[in-house]
Amino acid sequence: MSSIPVKEAAITSYPKFIGRALWLATEGSFAFYAWMTALTAVFLVGANAWANQVAGGMISTNMTDHVSWGLYIANFTFCVGLAAGGVMMVIPAYLYDDEEMHKVVIIGEVVAIAAIVMCTLSVVVDLGRPDRFWHLIPGIGKFNWPMSMLTWDVIVLNGYLVINLHVVGYLLYMRYLGRKPNGWWYLPFVFLSIFWAISIHTVTAFLYCGLGGRPFWNSALLAPRFLASAFVSGPAFIILVMRVLRVTTGYAAPIGPARTLIQIIRVAMTINLLMLVSEIFTVLYTGSAHAAPLNYLFFGAHGKSGLVQWIWTAIGMNLLGTVLFFTPAAMERSHVRILACLLVIVGIWIEKGMGLIVPGFIPSTLHEIVEYSPSLLEWKVVAGIWGLGLIILTLSLKLIVNVFTGRMELHPSADKTSVS
Amino acid sequence: MTTTEPSNIAKANVNTNRSLPIVENFTRRAAVKGGFATLGAAAFVAAISPLRQAAKSTTAVEFMQQHYTELSPEQKADVIARLEAETKEKYGADVTIADDRPIPGTKFVYAINLSVCNGNGKCVEACHKENNHDRSTNQSYIRVIEMPKGTMDMEKGSTTYSGVVPKDDKFYLPVQCQQCDEPPCVDVCPVKATWKEEDGIVVVDYNWCIGCRYCEAACPYHARRFNWKQPEVPAEEINPDQSYLSNRVRPVGVVEKCTYCLHRTRRGKLPACLEACPTGARVFGNILDKDSSIRWILENKRVYILKEELGTKPAFFYYFD
Repeated sequence: MSSIPVKEAAITSYPKFIGRALWLATEGSFAFYAWMTALTAVFLVGANAWANQVAGGMISTNMTDHVSWGLYIANFTFCVGLAAGGVMMVIPAYLYDDEEMHKVVIIGEVVAIAAIVMCTLSVVVDLGRPDRFWHLIPGIGKFNWPMSMLTWDVIVLNGYLVINLHVVGYLLYMRYLGRKPNGWWYLPFVFLSIFWAISIHTVTAFLYCGLGGRPFWNSALLAPRFLASAFVSGPAFIILVMRVLRVTTGYAAPIGPARTLIQIIRVAMTINLLMLVSEIFTVLYTGSAHAAPLNYLFFGAHGKSGLVQWIWTAIGMNLLGTVLFFTPAAMERSHVRILACLLVIVGIWIEKGMGLIVPGFIPSTLHEIVEYSPSLLEWKVVAGIWGLGLIILTLSLKLIVNVFTGRMELHPSADKTSVS
Repeated sequence: MTTTEPSNIAKANVNTNRSLPIVENFTRRAAVKGGFATLGAAAFVAAISPLRQAAKSTTAVEFMQQHYTELSPEQKADVIARLEAETKEKYGADVTIADDRPIPGTKFVYAINLSVCNGNGKCVEACHKENNHDRSTNQSYIRVIEMPKGTMDMEKGSTTYSGVVPKDDKFYLPVQCQQCDEPPCVDVCPVKATWKEEDGIVVVDYNWCIGCRYCEAACPYHARRFNWKQPEVPAEEINPDQSYLSNRVRPVGVVEKCTYCLHRTRRGKLPACLEACPTGARVFGNILDKDSSIRWILENKRVYILKEELGTKPAFFYYFD
C-alpha cells in the first residue's frame, strides 16, 4: 500500500484526514473555547440528570400513565423536522442546479447529522430500560418490522445519518485531497437523501397518526403538516447557522442561498398555517370526539388549561415570524431576518412538541384530564442533548470552514476551483 | 508512513501561519488538549456515576436473557429460580413463580352486566392485591367510570367519584384490558415484548420490554401501566402465588397490564376481580364452551362493545338486563 506518498491509499489517508480534522476543529479563539466549555458543561448536567433518572426510575420525570410521553418525545419530533429541513438546500442545489446553493449545501447536511444524533438521544433517554437497547438491534434482538412504526423510524433515522455522514465525509475528503469528487461516489446518495429526508418525517408522523385511540393525532393531515413545518424550522435554523459562521469565522456564504431559503420558508409556513386552520375548522365545526384535545389545548377544559399559554405563544411567534419573513428586510442581511428565524424555530418547537405530543394524551383514552408539565430533570436532560448536538455541529462547521478556506489541505498549493 | 505525518502537519501549519505555527507549539498544544480531553472524560464518568447504582441491580445473566418464546425449558427454569431468589432478597417474601401456558381449546372472554354493577370498586382493590401492584401509587388494572344515565360518552363520566354508591342518576362502567383480537398495543411494540396468546390473553415479557411506552400510547382503553419506579409491596402483603407472564413483582421501567389473572384462570379458577365482586355483575369463561354461561349471555343479552368503531375487536363485553 505504501507505494507513492502522493497517492496514498484511502484506507490510511482517510483516518489521517479524520485525525487532522479533529485536531484543527478543536483549535480556535478564546470565545470558541468558552462556547465549547459551556456546551460541555450543559451536556454534563444533562448526562448526570439522565443517569439519575435511570438509577431511580422515571418517577423523577413528570410523565404519568395518563401522559406517558412528554418533553423527550416532543424534542424528538422537532429534531426529526430539523434533520429533514436540510433537504431544502439539497433540492435547489442538486435538482435545480443552483450554483450558489451548491457551495453551502454541506451546511444543511451537517445540521441534519447533528439533528439525527439529537433524535436518537431523545428516544434513548425516554426508554425505561436503556440497558435493553440491544433488543432493538435487528439480528440479535427481536425487531418487530414491518408492523411497528418505531422500527421503521429506527431504520430511516439511522439510514439518513449514514447517508449524510457519507456525503459530507466524502466531499470534504476530496476537497482536502485537492481532487474533484467522483459523481458516482456521492450523487446517487444525494438523490437518495432527498427521498430519505421526506421519509424520516413521514414515518415519524405515522408513528402518531396510526393510533386510532388518539383522535388528536389520528389525522391524515399530520404527515403533511410535519413536513411543512420542518421546511420552515430547518431552513430557519440553517440561516442562523450561516449568520453565526459569517460573524465568527468570516466565512460568508453568498447572499443567494439565504434568499432561496426564505422563499421556501414563506411558502412552507403559509401552507403550514393553512393546514392548521383547516384542521382546527374541521374539528371544531364538527364538534366530534376529536374536539376534546383541541379544546383543551387552545382554551382549556374542565378548569384545566396547562397548555393554553404554550400554544398561543407558539401561534403568536409563528404568525409574527411569518409576517417578518414577508417583509423586504428579511431578504437582506438584517436583524429582522434573524428575529424571524428565532421566532419560527421556537414557535415550531412548541407547536410540534408541547402542542402536539402532550395534547394527544389529554384527555386520556378514558377521558380523564391529567395535566403535564416537564420536571426540572427533564429540562436538564433535553438541554444536555442540545448541548451535545451543538458540540457536534460546531466541530463539523469548524471542519467545513477549515477545508473550504484551505486551512486544511493535503497539498496546500492544489487547485481550489471545484466546490461542494 | 507515520513518520511523514508530523512534518506534514508542521508544513501545513507553516503554510496557514495561524493557529499552529511551530512544532514545539504543536506538542505543547497536544498536551493541553490531551489534558482537557482527559478532564472532560473524567467529568463525564463522574456525571454518569449514578448508573453504577442501576448496574448493580442488573446481573449479566439478566442482561443477556433471551425473549420468553425463545427460552428452552431449562433456561426458563433457571430464570424462574433467579426471579424467585430476587423476590426473596429484595422483598423478603417466599414466592412461587409458575409458567402457566394456555389450555388448548380455550378462548377467554369477559362480560360485565352494567345493569347490576354499582361502582363499589371491590374489583379495583382485588386486582391491586392479587397482582402485587405498587402500594404507594395504589395501582390497579381496573378503572371504574361513574357515568350519568342516558349517555355512553365517557367525557361525561368521572373516575374520581366518591360518596355512597350507587347514585340514582348514575351507572358504573369498569374498564380494564379488553384483550383485543386486533390489539394495537401488540402491533406497535418495536421488540415484540408483548403478544397475544392462543387463549386470547395479551401478555408482556417484563424481562424483554424496553420501556418505550409506545403500547401505552396505542391502547384506546387506558389498559397499560408503566413502572415509573420499583414497586413497593410489604413482604406480608405479597401474593406468593405468581406466574412469569402475570402477577410476579415487575421490574422498574417496564410496561404491565391485566392478564385476566392467567395464573388463576389457566388453572381453572376465576379472575380475582370477579371473585371480589359482591353484585355478580362479572361473568368470565371460555367462549368455545357451548354450555358456558358467558356463551349464553353473548347469545341472549343486549351486548355493547367499548369503542367498537376502532376495529380492535375486544374479547370484553358489556351487557344490560
